[in-house]
Amino acid sequence: MSILVDRNTRVIVQGLTGATGQFHAKACREYGTQVVGGVTPGKGGTDFEGFPIFDTVEQAVKETGADCSLIFVPPPFAADAIMEAADAGMPLAICITEGVPTLDMVKTMQFLKGRKTRLIGPNCPGLITPGQAKIGIMPGYIHKPGTVGVMSRSGTLTYEAVHQLTQLGIGQSTCVGIGGDPIIGTGFIDVLRLYQDDPGTEGIILIGEIGGSAEEEAAAFIKQHVTKPVTVFIAGQTAPKGKRMGHAGAIIAGGAGTAADKMKAFEAAGAKVVKSAADLGKTMAAALGR
Amino acid sequence: MNIHEFQAKEILERYGVPVLKRGVARSPEEAAEVAKKLGGTVVVKAQIHAGGRGKAGGVKVVPNAEKAAEFAKGILGKPLVTHQTGPEGRVVRQVLLESGCEIARELYLGVVVDRATGKVGIIASPEGGVEIEEVAAKTPDKIFHETVDPTVGFTPYQGRRLAFRLGLPKELVNKAVGFFTAVTRAFHECDASMVEINPLVVTKGGELIALDAKVSLDENALFRHADLKEYRDVHEEDPRETEAAKYDLSYIALSGNIGCMVNGAGLAMATMDIVKYAGGEPANFLDVGGGADQKKVAQAFRLLLSDDNVKAIFINVFGGILRCDVFAEGVVAAAKEVGLSVPLVVRMEGTNVDRGKQILKESGLAIESAADMAEGAKLAVAAAKRGAGK
Repeated sequence: MSILVDRNTRVIVQGLTGATGQFHAKACREYGTQVVGGVTPGKGGTDFEGFPIFDTVEQAVKETGADCSLIFVPPPFAADAIMEAADAGMPLAICITEGVPTLDMVKTMQFLKGRKTRLIGPNCPGLITPGQAKIGIMPGYIHKPGTVGVMSRSGTLTYEAVHQLTQLGIGQSTCVGIGGDPIIGTGFIDVLRLYQDDPGTEGIILIGEIGGSAEEEAAAFIKQHVTKPVTVFIAGQTAPKGKRMGHAGAIIAGGAGTAADKMKAFEAAGAKVVKSAADLGKTMAAALGR
Repeated sequence: MNIHEFQAKEILERYGVPVLKRGVARSPEEAAEVAKKLGGTVVVKAQIHAGGRGKAGGVKVVPNAEKAAEFAKGILGKPLVTHQTGPEGRVVRQVLLESGCEIARELYLGVVVDRATGKVGIIASPEGGVEIEEVAAKTPDKIFHETVDPTVGFTPYQGRRLAFRLGLPKELVNKAVGFFTAVTRAFHECDASMVEINPLVVTKGGELIALDAKVSLDENALFRHADLKEYRDVHEEDPRETEAAKYDLSYIALSGNIGCMVNGAGLAMATMDIVKYAGGEPANFLDVGGGADQKKVAQAFRLLLSDDNVKAIFINVFGGILRCDVFAEGVVAAAKEVGLSVPLVVRMEGTNVDRGKQILKESGLAIESAADMAEGAKLAVAAAKRGAGK
């Protein structure tokens, strides 16, 4: 079992003919994902490396029956690409693009209200249900089908956690990179709810970061609604205040959003909090009794 | 991107936000000239990208041009240390001179993107002139919020509600609505990430004025603001950070002696954390990014080697889009070119890891390999201790 995506998910790639888009479209297809086409305005009707290309998302959906869009459109046009996917009725849009202006996302989130599209990202690695579908930029081979859900605001740190699990022989149900930006389509709580309701997920790894209050809110949600074991790591425990560490999310001003506050909140919610990212895998293993 | 107070006021004035008459000076002579033009009592304010300037002695009210020049001479070209600058302070390269005004009340106004709602939020308080975090902690009931609807923008009724809550007299309410609207428009049209007016003063003559102004701009939106890009002041940034930015590397200088090089911001932070956990101190945060090529990796490595504080280097890479072999080639190229003078610990995992390890091995460089990040951190801390002992 899994959440959000599986072997039946039909994916189109917006920005498929760009350098990044084509590299990852091919990698996803090689993994076994059903990549059914791409969208590049002006190149509709052509075939690119075996992918049929369409001018608009609307056409692509009509022709291919796609139910998921993977977006690699450059930052100035990414918000528009998300809105186009939503307008075409796409149930799931995953925006990998890093560097989307924040106010573009403010408008986009408003646009999504009342529409049926769930947005993952932007500035995220995407999602993968091991052995079924990889819809993103993560290295597929480190994953293994199984029962642990991994979610994170960071890309490579997610790979780190997944790798540790796989090394210990523990597979993953679905891994979700929610994205490192201040405004993202799907937050920790949405994904926690999906993991809690998924019979195929037995344990959850949550990787947070300094800045904002999403982790504190997730902790409150865990306390109330999550019965499965949760293991947590917060990156940036030693980050200096007021400095932005790559992710727009990772900035702490004053006392709010510090790693210590977040760790305390998760501990109070009954989650296992690890100080070192190297302990994520074994702590989850212990929680599952393996 | 942070900008100076005088630049922030330039922006705000363009949108019709009332500010005082003023001028910028880069020498005592210029300061005297500006002060003369303004006439009478003026306020001289050091321009650096940090708060707490007043308490640190960077702001002074002076009666005439002569005294303005004298004060400017005392602070120009010297570092000003405030509670936000760190002990080394920031060198003052320009001062802002403003006419004085008679203050009746000091209020607070801030505009930010509120992550919780995903919308732009306005924060106002009758307690101006102090740090808003302090007000929030002590008297949260004195902070008023409004959320801007992304489809219609800031509305007059929201402005009136704020004005009445702030206790402004009814004859000032329309002025206040105009003020809030202008600030909010500036925020949106410039793609700001924060605008803070603290204090927003009410003068004895019944005017509302932005007495101080702080503006941060969204780096990601600068591509559509060629004019605002010009406001970048490289003097306010660490030279290595500026150099890193040229190559699209994310670098932040810290005070330790273990140079860290990582791909991905989250893993980079986790690497700093684990170094500290192992008893060491990171010299920097360095994220080479997901799609780095060999050239970028080499540049990043050179950057680490150029820091004299670095006694050991810890590379922690999880190859995804960035392949381990490409990464290894970059490291080897840079090490051969600049010469590797400190111990190097490498932990590598992910796409093409075997080929990457092979390249490092064949390079003949003295590299300590770590199986995982915990071992890598331990090795790096030990290596730094050896290096520092020399």
